[in-house]
Amino acid sequence: MSANTVKPAKKKSLYRSEMWWGFLFIAPPFIGVLVFLLYPFVNSLYMSFTTFNFGQPADFTGVANYKRALTNDPLVWKTLWNTFYAALGVPVSMIVSLIIALLLDRKLRGRNFFRMMFFLPTICSMVALAMIWQWIFNADFGLLNYYLSELGLNPPAWLVDEKWAMFAIIIQGVWGGMGVSIILYLAALGNVPSSLYEAATVDGAGGWNKFIHITVPGISPVTFFVLITSLIGALQDFPRFQLLTGGGPNYSTTTIVYYLYTIAFEYSEMGYASAIAWFIGIIIMFVILINFLLSKRWVHYN
Amino acid sequence: MSTTTATGRKVKTGATLANTVVYLLMIIGGVIMAVPFLWMLSTSLKPDGEVFSYPPQWIPSTFAWDNYKLIFTDAHMIRGFFNTMFVVIPTLVIGLFACALSAYAFAKLRFPGRDKLFMTLVGTMVIPGAVMMIPAFIMFKTFGWTDSWKPLIIPGMFGAPMTIFFFRQFIKQLPDELEDAAKIDGMNPFGIFMKIIIPLTKPALITQGILSFNAGYNDYLGPLIYLNTPEKYTLQLELASFSSYYVTEWTLIMAGAVVALIPTLILFAFAQRFFIEGIALTGIKG
Repeated sequence: MSANTVKPAKKKSLYRSEMWWGFLFIAPPFIGVLVFLLYPFVNSLYMSFTTFNFGQPADFTGVANYKRALTNDPLVWKTLWNTFYAALGVPVSMIVSLIIALLLDRKLRGRNFFRMMFFLPTICSMVALAMIWQWIFNADFGLLNYYLSELGLNPPAWLVDEKWAMFAIIIQGVWGGMGVSIILYLAALGNVPSSLYEAATVDGAGGWNKFIHITVPGISPVTFFVLITSLIGALQDFPRFQLLTGGGPNYSTTTIVYYLYTIAFEYSEMGYASAIAWFIGIIIMFVILINFLLSKRWVHYN
Repeated sequence: MSTTTATGRKVKTGATLANTVVYLLMIIGGVIMAVPFLWMLSTSLKPDGEVFSYPPQWIPSTFAWDNYKLIFTDAHMIRGFFNTMFVVIPTLVIGLFACALSAYAFAKLRFPGRDKLFMTLVGTMVIPGAVMMIPAFIMFKTFGWTDSWKPLIIPGMFGAPMTIFFFRQFIKQLPDELEDAAKIDGMNPFGIFMKIIIPLTKPALITQGILSFNAGYNDYLGPLIYLNTPEKYTLQLELASFSSYYVTEWTLIMAGAVVALIPTLILFAFAQRFFIEGIALTGIKG
């Protein structure tokens, strides 16, 4: 009887001390998030309504910064357009990644070697990759234009041609951005139950039908994950652009986050930059929300 | 009997043909991936005059090792390398420790609101980094931390939600028995974490350690925003100012790129498995 009453009490005290240990252990990341994320995040909302620039005292100007961004700064729209144009690389990269994953998804000698080759750029420094690609895209002495003119084509000047610079950056992005999605697709392809394929074979389904009706729905959660993460990445991308072209020629490769960076760190207009940052944040959230809504139609979780 | 062999052979030929096509495509893909790297290597070893030769020469007539000698003895590159190590390693060690410790609490300890707190922490990951760039800079500037390594080192020491998520997943799978035995022996949760959880979590720690080392080593944006004084530049910043410094001396620029890639490539050669598993796990469970 007494043993019975003692036991829960002891358990309770153990539990209580465990509680304090638990709070202690999780304190550092919460402090980090509060100080380095939430505080500046909220503060920037306030900043976006002011003329803050580190210099003279900031004036509260209401929605003036937002008004200026939306109605009085053509570069906001131009760079936003550039950003969406650059994001065309996302579907291209996803389709190529899936094709490569399908090719690699078999018992092939050297499979790991090829997988490694496609993955390699993912872990390399963007600065170094940008240097390599500047040299490859070089208009006069670049490797690419040499082989293209050997083929009898009249290649553009790529990174210094306003019409082609963004296209060149997209090529670089697809080349360098497939590593993660190939790995995720390979894992997903391995998880599609083979019994489904066997049943389809018995029913006389051909390879293409199996791909459309079994593989595509089977890997759709990973497709969705890759789509969302790549879109978030693409809408915020900019060091690549800064390194490859410096945003030019004539702002043709300045993405909106790059423009944000310029306003903040070259013109020190922190209030205006904060407003643009919020504008970008809202656009990103909106794009993600649309994708989540659309996903109900094509993503199948079994 | 003869038909069976005939069909058998036919199937086999079909499979071989498919494999040949796949190999062919893979080789084309592999070449496309490899060419930029090989061209970098080739250029980096050329004597000065050969860079602009036409048609392009893949194998330099003589290997100009001097290009590398110049890079390896370049005071800026050496300083940049050590600055990078100084920025990356303390953050890495302390940050991983903080992540593992909180992941252990989220995975094994019982306290009120545990799972809600975890979801809150993970939920902060939806805030886009680009939106944070400006407010974080404003804050660090008011702290007086700009043009120092502090903004690059200190925030990371508190742990990152993504890594905590990864560790929690791992620690959850560990059996409770060892812990229970240690609890009966009167060990407190911190002791259990140090003596039991850490050794068992080694593979996850190595995976995340490698990924964050590589990310830190390659980081360009952070140093670009916060560092102004050349003495404080990390390797990536030195490398970026390289191409404006040497302008059209492509041999040296490419040698610089090779040298900067070496640590990553060595790491990848030895720990490929960890890179790939780390990424596959994060993707599938996230």
